[in-house]
Amino acid sequence: MQLDHLPLNQIALIRAIDWESLPDQEGHRLRALGFETGVTIEVLHKGILMWRDPLAVRVGRMTVALRTKVAAAIDCELSA
Amino acid sequence: MTQLPPLVALVGNPNAGKSALFNALTGARQKIANYPGVTVERKSGRASFADGRPVEMIDLPGAYSLDPDSLDEAVTRDVVLGNLSGHRRPDALLIVLDAGNLDNHLRFALELIAQGLPTVVALNMIDLAERDGLRLDSQALACALGVPVIETVAVRRRGLEPLMTALDGALKNPVASIEPVATSFGAQNQRARDIARSAVISETAGRQWTRRLDAVLLHPVGGVVILLGLLFLMFQAVYGWSEAPIGWIESGFALLSDGIKNVLPNGYLRSFLTDGVIAGVGSVIVFLPQILILFLFILVLEASGYMTRAAFVMDRMMAAVGLSGHSFIPLLSSFACAIPGIMATRTIMDQKERLATILIAPLMTCSARLPVYTVIIGAFIPASSVGPGIGLQGLVLFGLYIAGILGAMLAASVIQRFVTQSRTSSFLIEMPRYQWPRPRDIAINLWQRAWVFLRRAGTIIFAATIILWALLSFPKAPDGSNVSQVEYSVAGRIADGLEPIVRPIGFNHDIALALIPAMAAREVAVSALATVYAIDAADEDAAATSLGPKLAADWSLATALAFLAWFVFAPQCISTIAVTRRETNGWKWPIFMVSYLFALAYAAAGITYWTARSFGL
Repeated sequence: MQLDHLPLNQIALIRAIDWESLPDQEGHRLRALGFETGVTIEVLHKGILMWRDPLAVRVGRMTVALRTKVAAAIDCELSA
Repeated sequence: MTQLPPLVALVGNPNAGKSALFNALTGARQKIANYPGVTVERKSGRASFADGRPVEMIDLPGAYSLDPDSLDEAVTRDVVLGNLSGHRRPDALLIVLDAGNLDNHLRFALELIAQGLPTVVALNMIDLAERDGLRLDSQALACALGVPVIETVAVRRRGLEPLMTALDGALKNPVASIEPVATSFGAQNQRARDIARSAVISETAGRQWTRRLDAVLLHPVGGVVILLGLLFLMFQAVYGWSEAPIGWIESGFALLSDGIKNVLPNGYLRSFLTDGVIAGVGSVIVFLPQILILFLFILVLEASGYMTRAAFVMDRMMAAVGLSGHSFIPLLSSFACAIPGIMATRTIMDQKERLATILIAPLMTCSARLPVYTVIIGAFIPASSVGPGIGLQGLVLFGLYIAGILGAMLAASVIQRFVTQSRTSSFLIEMPRYQWPRPRDIAINLWQRAWVFLRRAGTIIFAATIILWALLSFPKAPDGSNVSQVEYSVAGRIADGLEPIVRPIGFNHDIALALIPAMAAREVAVSALATVYAIDAADEDAAATSLGPKLAADWSLATALAFLAWFVFAPQCISTIAVTRRETNGWKWPIFMVSYLFALAYAAAGITYWTARSFGL
């Protein structure tokens, strides 16, 4: 499941990140912020009004805001 | 032989509490300058070891790695590696880690330790980590990293002494780094996570406070309402609280001016001091109260962690014009004054977006336009009602604000597409935990902002106002001439040359003349018009009252509307141009900004004038 489709407050694991589809700078920043295969992730909040974009996501013990467009490049699976 | 004190660089991720630790170690004795060749701010200060020997500290820009993706990060890398020409390499590194965020922050620390410089790690904000249910073993961490690890709470000045002792030791007895240079980013990340895990003694569910607050402040509807409420409060304060101090500053300068008039005989020196220096410097310092109030709000919101939430809430709307949530606060500040707005763009990481934001900031209707708007609207727009509780005058004023915002949106889209050629904006940012802002850190920051504003913008404005004074004062009209001094001066002659250019957009000779001194500050247009119409008024308010009827008799409505349209867009403020030059490090962008804004102003005034004429106004 792509991160932008992950329901709120569901803990998941990053299965794969499609680095190719991301612009260099964003891929680089994403890596620096700790996004990587195998890391625990959880969508905490979604953006305002009808847009529900960007997302506030927990990665490890850190919260990161990112746009759904970037989130779509992150594939995750719900952890049991 | 004189020996420089050792140089210690504070380095770490953004939000690790690096600046708070820097403030705690160096106190208020800080120096702000730019790094050689770049516009990134360099903060340095002195601290001392237990026996009193001095040590120089620099606060490097927050970074996530030594492989930079912003100008700030590039500076951090170059300083750490000793590659920045004209800047000495630090003798030691003080790595600041957020104790609550080890698994994400430790990778950069490993990269830094591998550089082999004497290094000490400050395990900062340990109290917040404990509050969040995390207990750490700093000894185990020190063993794994091969460098001393000191627990600190910068905002409570906890752990500072052991930190300085450890730094002293590291400088005296450098030990070879045991940290291998990483083969890959992934391997380093893996190692960082392993070390982080082994340093955790116990972990319970954490972050409840931040999460609960976010549930309210980032609420899809409630979050917007709260943000709007905060903004309303902020603007009330910027206008409301500044009124009294602005009055004090104005009367202070008036007193000074009167004092000089009493002491010096009438002549060039007196005119230079009162009309040139005091009027010029006064016109800058008068902005200081508003700037300080605005920055007080911005700094408190930033220190508390709310600022990234405001960016989060606004991001989607800003994306529509090719910007992102990062641009929101600078643009908002520009409604008070474009100068602090442009200064606040430093928080924007993407350099193209930062440039676009600087270029459109002057389109936000700043407080200096209000006196001009008030005079013209009062003189030409009837105080009639167009609906229950909606006056026509208020509606026109509102329309002028909207025209500025729409102009800015249009300009942003065009600039991002054709000038900066930024393909897409991006919004990817760490959201720090909420914290109580510390008054001392806010005060230090506020003082630094005020100083930077007064010193740098002040010198350029000072020079510019003196030039304007000279243009208006020379050559002296001969005695008994029926031509006024203003008309006779160089400025008056420039206005003669300007007139044919502005005639097509409905401006007469008097407006052309008023536009010249209004370059110093927009509101000067009011007193300049008053001078031209030979009205002897004590101050701007009095000038405005008596000026209205005179203008209404002399100008057509079409001319008045064109004049308003002009002021929505025209870059009539030398201070803004000066600040743009400083923030973009050259003349290229201020010249571009001035050109496109004048073109826009000319077009808008022309269209307004001819449209109004075709309706027979």
